[in-house]
Amino acid sequence: MRSVVGLLTIWLLWPLGVAAKEGEGVDYGSRWNMTTGVTELSREVHSLHMIIFAICVAIAVVVFGVMFWSLIRYRRSQNKKSAHFHESTAVEILWTAIPVVILVAMAVPATATLKKIYDASESEVDVLVTGYQWRWRYEYLNEGVSFFSNLSTPAEQIKNQQQKSDTYLLEVDEPLVVPVGTKVRFLLTSNDVIHSWWVPELAVKKDAVPGFINESWTRIEEPGTYRGQCAELCGRNHAFMPVEVKAVSQDEFQQFLAQKRAQAEAEKASESKQWSKDELMAKGEQVYATYCSACHQPQGQGLPPAFPALAGNANMIEASGLQGHIERVLYGKSGTAMPGFAETLSAADIAAVVTYERNAWGNDAGDVVQPETINTMLGGEK
Amino acid sequence: MQMQTEHAHEPPRGWMRWLLTTNHKEIGSLYLLFSLAMLFVGGIMALIIRAELFQPGLQLIQPEFFNQMTTMHGLIMVFGAVMPAFVGLANWMIPLQIGAPDMALPRLNNFSFWLLPIAFGLLLSTLWMEGGGPNFGWTFYAPLSTTYAPPSTSFFILSIHIAGISSILGAINIIATIFNMRTPGMRLMDMSLFVWTWLITAFLLVAVMPVLAGVVTMMLLDINFGTSFFNAAGGGDPVLFQHLFWFFGHPEVYIMILPAFGIVSLIVPTFARKRLFGYRSMVYATASIAILSFTVWAHHMFTVGLPLAAQLFFMYMTMLIAVPTGVKVFNWIATLFRGSISFEVPMLFALAFIVQFTIGGLSGVMLAIVPADYQYHDTYFVVAHFHYVLVPGALFAIIAGVYYWLPKWTGFYPSESLGKLHFWLSVIGVNLTFFPMHFSGLAGMPRRIPDYALQFADFNMVSSLGAFIFGLSQILLLIVIYRCVKGGKPAPAKPWEGAEGLEWTVPSPAPLHTFEQPPVFDPQRDSPSRA
Ligand code: HEM
Ligand SMILES: [Cu+2]
Ligand SMILES: [Cu+2]
Repeated sequence: MRSVVGLLTIWLLWPLGVAAKEGEGVDYGSRWNMTTGVTELSREVHSLHMIIFAICVAIAVVVFGVMFWSLIRYRRSQNKKSAHFHESTAVEILWTAIPVVILVAMAVPATATLKKIYDASESEVDVLVTGYQWRWRYEYLNEGVSFFSNLSTPAEQIKNQQQKSDTYLLEVDEPLVVPVGTKVRFLLTSNDVIHSWWVPELAVKKDAVPGFINESWTRIEEPGTYRGQCAELCGRNHAFMPVEVKAVSQDEFQQFLAQKRAQAEAEKASESKQWSKDELMAKGEQVYATYCSACHQPQGQGLPPAFPALAGNANMIEASGLQGHIERVLYGKSGTAMPGFAETLSAADIAAVVTYERNAWGNDAGDVVQPETINTMLGGEK
Repeated sequence: MQMQTEHAHEPPRGWMRWLLTTNHKEIGSLYLLFSLAMLFVGGIMALIIRAELFQPGLQLIQPEFFNQMTTMHGLIMVFGAVMPAFVGLANWMIPLQIGAPDMALPRLNNFSFWLLPIAFGLLLSTLWMEGGGPNFGWTFYAPLSTTYAPPSTSFFILSIHIAGISSILGAINIIATIFNMRTPGMRLMDMSLFVWTWLITAFLLVAVMPVLAGVVTMMLLDINFGTSFFNAAGGGDPVLFQHLFWFFGHPEVYIMILPAFGIVSLIVPTFARKRLFGYRSMVYATASIAILSFTVWAHHMFTVGLPLAAQLFFMYMTMLIAVPTGVKVFNWIATLFRGSISFEVPMLFALAFIVQFTIGGLSGVMLAIVPADYQYHDTYFVVAHFHYVLVPGALFAIIAGVYYWLPKWTGFYPSESLGKLHFWLSVIGVNLTFFPMHFSGLAGMPRRIPDYALQFADFNMVSSLGAFIFGLSQILLLIVIYRCVKGGKPAPAKPWEGAEGLEWTVPSPAPLHTFEQPPVFDPQRDSPSRA
């Protein structure tokens, strides 16, 4: 008996000890309870959680209290002769009715909150969120701005070769930027398998399903960076596609959009210039690390048979393989995990990564691909 | 008289005897041994998972293998360990409890067992195939499990089909046995609760296993024959997959708990030396749970984007199903109240079941609240919930049943001291493993990830330590069973003084053939529902 009490005490107390150690890792709300979050809805969800939690604890205390009291009071050594009663319709009705009342009391506030969550009308900013294996793409509808958001934690940290940063696995190269105090609507879909876009501090979790467009919304009150992760198993790198949302003032938001537009212009312009091999290799290495190395591995060794090796790959050491090589990168290989990148990457990115793959890890095709070549192959559409 | 009939047809000897046996006790033992083997196979996979999750970072295995481990662990534990264990107990105990000489369809019984090693041999072999085994979770959501799946998926589908056929045939056999083979005078309301819960479970199985077969067949067509049931690019619907899967899947979780309710409803009265409180209400509660279990499936899909009205409907129904579940718990506690309670090993496991299952039921109610479920869904909070109902829940009830009936099976009591050690290590290990998962889930840790952010590190370390304690202490279960088969304190026909039921009227160990003459059953005296 005493060990049971001891165990219960440990259960109840050790989270306090853990919580006291805050500081290591990113502050992601609480260490052991649901975050209160930074929106009206997230606070409402949190208080709903605390209410039902309290009710459940109360039920547990009463039920286990009676149970343990009976176990002690009526143990064999104390009670040689057991009683004979074995049914009572009144009691059965009573303990059917009481839970119903408690549940109705829980259902009422839950219904009210759910209705609010479902009202995505009158949004001021609309963001199309598309899941890809394994990154998010954000498009500001009617603003002409879109970009991909990739995990930025270096592979060395994941492989324990480097000290892990505070934002380990929760950091991206380009966060989603949204204005504070504004109703932002998310439209979610997917390009491949089902993903789920989740930011605990916004209390937004919605699946990104191919062929469907789901809806969700938030209105963030505090400027800040809010982090989350993909919540639905989506293949090999499911653990490695975080969500990072940066909430900024309206002014900063407008600046951000303008800067993104300018960046896209510059990118477009660079596609008509001739690139040096060094430039291509440098950019190619970056693109490879972000988009290719998860499957084909950092040294191009692949993980056969699912993910073929690129180092020593026939198409990449012979000049005659060039055409096939580019097409594979542009259009992917159907029936396998290899996606086409024609939609995802710019002509410069593709030219660079193809050049890189043909000249890295001992591959010696030696040829250089210019963005123009890619654009020509795409029929000038890019 | 027993001796005469035993010699009427000499059974084959050696391994052929086990291959060809049509005896319910031998087939029951085969099921139980198979389940025990799968418990360890699935358990090793769980320990591989927990070893990788001991610390953040990738240490031991790569994500693709991690995903195969989580998938296989779930499939093997659900279809290979828990379900066959219940079928094994049903085979052994249902004929003994209803006074029948055997199952109604003995050859079918043999067939349904031998399908299982084939199904799971096939399933395990996919791990060595090109591209690896299934890696899309035990819920195998399309299109990850179709368009994006490894080539071995067709073999996975075949093995699900075979295991499914085995379950359906087993269920039909149980229904036929209970309806046709009860000893004269035994009405439905005179049956033990284990028989009752199994009867209802068997109907659930017959109703939902074909749906599972249908959904995996649609996957097979999508993968190999160019259909687009679940492929959006071809006009298909990935959400349809989830509706079909969970229409099977939710009743399936009750398939894994109703027989456990039955076992606990026998053990608690035995060691409280007091009749089960509310026999009738227990039967009605079981039936209502079974019926309601067809109306709650979308509570697994609150984030896929269902319309508001559907969300509300499934939220209310899910909350409703907690009511009959609560009634069961209250009845067990009322049985304890004013009993004369002793704490033998089966009772310890049964009492731990009540507490731990209730914890899982309460977190289930929390998960039913849609707005809160947006935060809980697909996190370790859900992992904590369903492990509480399945491991310290269903598995503890199975172990309680094994300790309870071992004297009947072997003729010897299992070791009380080893059993107690096994119990305490299991309780500590299981709670150390799964309780912290509530916290890591609430703090925001998604499930099915091989690597995690730093703020989840402490609780994961505790969970991993607990998992190794729990896993290793199950070796004690093996030792207890082995020693109990070999010898020990001899058990009389009725080894537990407070026990009731026809199974205790035959000698211990139960001879190969029992009740060749139907036993006398007087409802006034023997029925659990007597006045
Ligand atoms: C009071 C009764 C129960 C209620 C109200 C309940 C409620 C729920 C809800 C709402 C979920 C979905 C959570 C989510 O994914 O966000 C869930 C998941 C689950 N429950 Fe329960 N549950 C109950 C009892 C049980 C029992 C008795 C079992 C099995 C023995 C069970 C097994 C599971 C499993 C296996 C899952 C998760 C499946 C998965 O996603 O892998 N539950 N439960
Ligand atoms: Cu994911
Ligand atoms: Cu369910």
